[in-house]
Amino acid sequence: MTLDQLSVFVENRPGKLVEVIETIGAAGIDLRAMSIADTADFGVLRLIVDKPDSAFKTLTEAGYVVKVNKVLPVTIDDTPGSLGKVLRLLSDNGVNVEYLYAFVAHGKDRAYVIIRVEDNDAATKVLDGAGIPLASAAEIYAQ
Amino acid sequence: MGKYYQAEFETMPRDEMKKLQSERLVNTVARVYENVPYYRELMDKKGVKPKDIKSIDDLSLLPFISKDDLRDAYPYGMLAVPLADAVRIQSTSGTTGRRVVAFYTQNDVDLWDECCARAIVAVGGTKEDVVHVSYGYGLFTGGPGLNGGSHKVGSLTIPMSSGNTERQIQFMVDLESTILCCTPSYAAYLAETVHEMGLRDKIKLKAGIFGAEAWSEEMRHHIEDRLGIKAYDIYGLTEISGPGVSFECEEQTGMHINEDHFIAEIINPITGEVLPDGEKGELVFTSISKEAFPLLRYRTRDICVLSREKCSCGRTLVKMAKPMGRSDDMLIIRGVNVFPSQIETVLIGCGFEANYQLVVDRVNYSDTLEVKVEMTPAMFSDEIRKLEGLDNQVEAKLKSMLGIQANVTLVAPKSITRSEGKAVRVIDNRGGKL
Repeated sequence: MTLDQLSVFVENRPGKLVEVIETIGAAGIDLRAMSIADTADFGVLRLIVDKPDSAFKTLTEAGYVVKVNKVLPVTIDDTPGSLGKVLRLLSDNGVNVEYLYAFVAHGKDRAYVIIRVEDNDAATKVLDGAGIPLASAAEIYAQ
Repeated sequence: MGKYYQAEFETMPRDEMKKLQSERLVNTVARVYENVPYYRELMDKKGVKPKDIKSIDDLSLLPFISKDDLRDAYPYGMLAVPLADAVRIQSTSGTTGRRVVAFYTQNDVDLWDECCARAIVAVGGTKEDVVHVSYGYGLFTGGPGLNGGSHKVGSLTIPMSSGNTERQIQFMVDLESTILCCTPSYAAYLAETVHEMGLRDKIKLKAGIFGAEAWSEEMRHHIEDRLGIKAYDIYGLTEISGPGVSFECEEQTGMHINEDHFIAEIINPITGEVLPDGEKGELVFTSISKEAFPLLRYRTRDICVLSREKCSCGRTLVKMAKPMGRSDDMLIIRGVNVFPSQIETVLIGCGFEANYQLVVDRVNYSDTLEVKVEMTPAMFSDEIRKLEGLDNQVEAKLKSMLGIQANVTLVAPKSITRSEGKAVRVIDNRGGKL
């Protein structure tokens, strides 16, 4: 099961990040998780939102460069060592992680790790084989 | 109307052309010597009399004139007819200080319009066409030139002028414009807007005539692709008449110079020595049919190459390659000559669009070049590694083409200021810095 992630090109200048966030906020889109990777000149803002299609449309119309990628929402226990197990498993099976970010589920002993890999099918197979669950989009959006 | 607007001149055998040019040159030299004190002084100083000029073989005896001469002679110093015979002026933008004003008699306007008509017919234009002129009108020659040419051909002419892009596109759709005339940067902007408005399928354009700016072959393909047209180059300068000094035919391999009116030479820009065909140098024009404002050996500052290879279109007129840029646009960065068009070629070759700006500065006594280029959906990635790879790839290609290090900065779409006329490509902050 994969999830749509939006990436937005943001110049590394004061006021640029907040413009993006305000744009989706004004359109009634709720953020689930986010991360930003930056260089001296620009950053890539990655977003998980409750309405990815409408967020894509809103941001594109506002003149942003936006890309949608499929990422893996891995569910782990909110306990020391659980993330390590998942990453060790992927690593041992030759799945290269491009980047990841995590958030804790509301009122549960669970956390979600958003993982971006080159080959989603291969990674899903490895995770399934080890009984590590992927969250559904509905579950993430309901958070 | 066939393939040519004026077949007699456009396909004239070379020996006849030489005879015609010689005759017209001899007359022009005699006339300006008689009527324009500025020329008389220049020629006397060089020790050349009108009788020394017997044919175009004697052209190199004449002195050069430059934009500075025209500025010195502003406003009426170069006028070669009585004021009563002049009917129009056009003028350069004057961004560098004093303007240059060019004068026209009615015959001059007619010959200019005919040159533009040749350009329109060469791209397949007929009286059935709807010619959409988005060059600026007014003192700038772009609008009036193509407007006049389109009238001569008998096409329906839409004098849009520049600006108000959405209205432009509305007219283009409603009136079913078939030939677009504007600057290449505006054509690219129009194409982008047409796509944004979702009107690509409603556009009936088949050809475009784009000039007044340096543009690359890659940009041509980009515009052709986005608008589904054939894009043709046109060249001209106010001092010589305006657009239509030379124009492209269906072969799209250079612009035929209207040699019955304008004699072209290529010179070494430093020594002034005339170079053989095929060598790169500064383009020099002598206008031999103009009445009000004929110019002898005018240095255009454009760097290009002439070719006399036979053209499949049947025209016998010499062809000039797309200028590499005006020598005024040429940047000298750490002693290396850099033309914005070279950088554009690299950017488009890497997959970017032609939305870029060059910022030149001086830091610690050394020149720096920053190339800002707008991110596009096609080039974007969620992975920083890939974006940095892209950045490095462009820098490496620039380094191998120019021999200098440039710093490439990826910027947000539409963050580079765009003008609807000419694009501002270069910001040079070095003035006065050590």
